[in-house]
Amino acid sequence: MSYLDFLAAHSDRLISGTLITLAQFVLAALVAVAAALISGLMKLAPLKPVRGVATVYIEIFRGTSLLVQLYWIFFALPLFGISLDKFTAGFVTVGLCYGAYGGELVRGAVVSVPKGQWEAALALNMSPLRRMWRIILPQALVGMLPPWGNLMVEILKGTALVALISVTDLMFETRQINNNTFLSAQAFGSALIIYYVFARFMVTPLMRWLERVMARKIGRA
Amino acid sequence: MTDDMSRYPLTLEGDDAPMVRFQNVTKKYGDLTVLDRLDLDVGAGEMVTIIGPSGSGKTTVLRMLMTLETIDSGVIYVDGEPLTHMERNGRLVRANAAHMRRMRSKIGMCFQHFNLFPHMTALGNCMEGPVQVLGMSKKEAEERALELLDMVGMAEKRDQHPARLSGGQQQRVAIARALAMRPKVMLFDEVTSALDPEVISEVTGVIRALVDQHNLTMLMVTHQMGFAREISDRVCFFFDGSIEEQGTPEMLFDSPEKERTQQFLSAVLEAN
Repeated sequence: MSYLDFLAAHSDRLISGTLITLAQFVLAALVAVAAALISGLMKLAPLKPVRGVATVYIEIFRGTSLLVQLYWIFFALPLFGISLDKFTAGFVTVGLCYGAYGGELVRGAVVSVPKGQWEAALALNMSPLRRMWRIILPQALVGMLPPWGNLMVEILKGTALVALISVTDLMFETRQINNNTFLSAQAFGSALIIYYVFARFMVTPLMRWLERVMARKIGRA
Repeated sequence: MTDDMSRYPLTLEGDDAPMVRFQNVTKKYGDLTVLDRLDLDVGAGEMVTIIGPSGSGKTTVLRMLMTLETIDSGVIYVDGEPLTHMERNGRLVRANAAHMRRMRSKIGMCFQHFNLFPHMTALGNCMEGPVQVLGMSKKEAEERALELLDMVGMAEKRDQHPARLSGGQQQRVAIARALAMRPKVMLFDEVTSALDPEVISEVTGVIRALVDQHNLTMLMVTHQMGFAREISDRVCFFFDGSIEEQGTPEMLFDSPEKERTQQFLSAVLEAN
């Protein structure tokens, strides 16, 4: 059986798995960005309890394994009355996990915006919220986009673990093909290529493009 | 330090009330006293220049007035009302955020390093405050911004980002940005210190025009002695956190009375 025959025979599974992976990635990325923004800004709050909540979140999700977190949220949380279906549990957990890394990126980028920008915004009598939203965050965003590019690739690769709570993503379908055919090299080889192409030719160029657009917006390009 | 608040008036009234008053203002950083019981009045429409050696507290005076720094004791008044404090049940207490926001709208400031918003064009910088803070319509804000950019000679560069502008041009946009908020008091903090010598006159020219045409109250910290002399109504020489000597430019530059003023001025003249 040639590789092309293999692809023809299993393309429907590979395609449906890829689409689920794509959905998991996009949703996980959205959760990660939101969690990173919220936790990163909370870490800069003047109130200690607010900072404390963000620190606890970041420590837990950065300090423990993503797989354990997935099992916790999917299998253990229902015991406390919170049940998520496996698809939701998958992208929420991946998003929260990488959002914890992103939170540090947000905090660092906001802190690195020159103090003069805060002062100029205050001198215009802008409220703290407007200062952050209109003046500081847009500038912080430019600084943190390159590390976010890395993080996005990590998120994509991290979604492979949702197969272990039976989300029918690319990894899950690949394992199914492998179990049915024992064509391990072809099956896992295909997954390898699809993940790589996805990261290298979609996620990375998209982030680079965003970097360029933002650089232009700030007048640096 | 305890401060008996009852000795500070709740408001300043009368025709001769100053636009800005520092009354007994002290500012400390840890053990270091930056300003020591400062008393300073600036009349409406007056242009007061602050000179002095670095570390004498000049810039701190402006930063306190812009509420970028807190004060440790005393009261600052702007336009008849306390800025750092507010009235509660007939006595002055520390101002809350709302009071400071209301008072801050009377004050505009230009900085040594311009601090333009890099992600906005010259026009965007000048519209940001009016639209976001004053709630003006975009059209109205743009008209006002263009008028001011024209006044500072930057109308042609309205669509440029700060990164594309020279220091002198950035500072002129920064002046327009501050004026767009229609402040009663303008603060200039060493606005020419970061500029190349050949563009300093662009900025001093704008400030000179402001002094001539507008009824703004202005406080300026500068090292440009010639400029200070030319445009100031009054010059204050700061030394070690207090005013060592003040007077008209002629008095202070031509016949300073205090030894420290003489030493400072001769050192500055020698450097030039």
